[in-house]
Amino acid sequence: MKLNRVAVTGISALCGLGHSMDEVWANLIEGKSGISSMKDIDPKMWPVQFAGTVNDFSIAEDLLDLKERKRFDLFIHYALHATDEAIKAAGLLDAKYDPYMMGSIMGTGLGGFPVIESTTEIYHAKGPRRVSPFFIPAFIPNMSAGRISMQYNLRGVNYATSSACASASHAIAAAASEIMLGRQDAMVTGGSEAVITGLTMAGFASMKALSKWNDQPTKASRPFDKERNGFVMGEGAGILILENLDKAKARGANILAEVVGYGATADAYHITSPHPEGEGTIPCMQQALKYAGIAKEEIDYINAHGTSTPLGDIAETNAIKKVFGDHAYKLNVSSTKSMHGHLLGAAGGIESVICIKALNEGVIPPTINLDDQDEKCDLNYTANTMVKRDMQYALNNSFGFGGTNSTTIFKKYLR
Amino acid sequence: MEIQEKVISIVSEAANVEVANIKAETSFVDDLNLDSLDMVEMMMKMEEEFGVEIPEEKTEDLKTINDVTSYLKANAN
Repeated sequence: MKLNRVAVTGISALCGLGHSMDEVWANLIEGKSGISSMKDIDPKMWPVQFAGTVNDFSIAEDLLDLKERKRFDLFIHYALHATDEAIKAAGLLDAKYDPYMMGSIMGTGLGGFPVIESTTEIYHAKGPRRVSPFFIPAFIPNMSAGRISMQYNLRGVNYATSSACASASHAIAAAASEIMLGRQDAMVTGGSEAVITGLTMAGFASMKALSKWNDQPTKASRPFDKERNGFVMGEGAGILILENLDKAKARGANILAEVVGYGATADAYHITSPHPEGEGTIPCMQQALKYAGIAKEEIDYINAHGTSTPLGDIAETNAIKKVFGDHAYKLNVSSTKSMHGHLLGAAGGIESVICIKALNEGVIPPTINLDDQDEKCDLNYTANTMVKRDMQYALNNSFGFGGTNSTTIFKKYLR
Repeated sequence: MEIQEKVISIVSEAANVEVANIKAETSFVDDLNLDSLDMVEMMMKMEEEFGVEIPEEKTEDLKTINDVTSYLKANAN
């Protein structure tokens, strides 16, 4: 069976570094931190008091009016906001696709956790009769894809993927498959996450997963550095518009890149710790390379999962060395989580978008705060300053709790 | 009159329609396009505002501003 090629025709990003692709990209290549201290919180209830928060955000009236706004949790706002930018950039609204051949698969790790938290309080204080009829639609993980379908009349496949920090990456792979198999012509995919609350922060803090550098928030996310001490929570969205490449070309779309390969595996080892020998992540990257039909030496850039945890960064480094051999030292790695924090279920979305932008601009955004590199992390992590490099292939890793792994490979589109 | 003003204000917010465009005979479904979830939420707000319990089977009969105002007048403490 001949598979269709998959074009990326629109991208967008939303995170602590900005509300649009251009703003986020400008800050990324300048090596700026999008991490800030939380305002207006009770410090007793927040063990960790900083995050990569999206500041000064409110969604446009034509996406959610005042009435609707209160009825959807923030991850849906973020998904809609970013989708609108990507869909307009792709010119998808002018494309003449059958609505049933356009779909959306969106990743989210925790969905509408904040509204579950606040409604639980209402339930206990006022009883079941005061639980809003909009409570369930406000938090269900597939509502971002659902509400997007209503906004743009996408009547094809529509669902959410949820695999913790690999959610968006799995969504992109699933969406690409729909196009490869000819089941859909165009897909809105990626992911969104918005779960910065006292309770989630307490949960991650109890796992010892979070950095607690409350007095130095912009320095706290420092992947591959000796002083790294946990991840920094982020939020936002990363959205891609995928299309059947032949059809995108025929309609004169501006093709940014191709999705050429992906891998997906499980560690089958531990609920939260990575497999020490990379039994899940190594085959995951190898699968993606095989699917893309390229030699490992062709990868120019890896946007690493690199969450800034002591164990995870070493495990990923070892896995990359195992997969790429000598070439591991020739390619550029960077963890942009050093700047936008860990967007959990949206991480694979925003980082895929960054890979595509890097391929197009010939610029690799750095790993910031890499002041004293860990000896066990001995690759070229593009420390602190962006690097110019002519690239053809970029690879993104996303690994999640539950031992789930996802790797995606993007190819620069040559006109 | 005061009850009706309050009712209109709650409906205005639920429907995202200006107070000036809501009259005593305005129908929630026919004029304001409220769906079943909108109706439940709105009745909840009425209950909260007026301290009155509106039984579920009763809400089906409350179709206009007038209906709600009359019900509240009859049942408010």
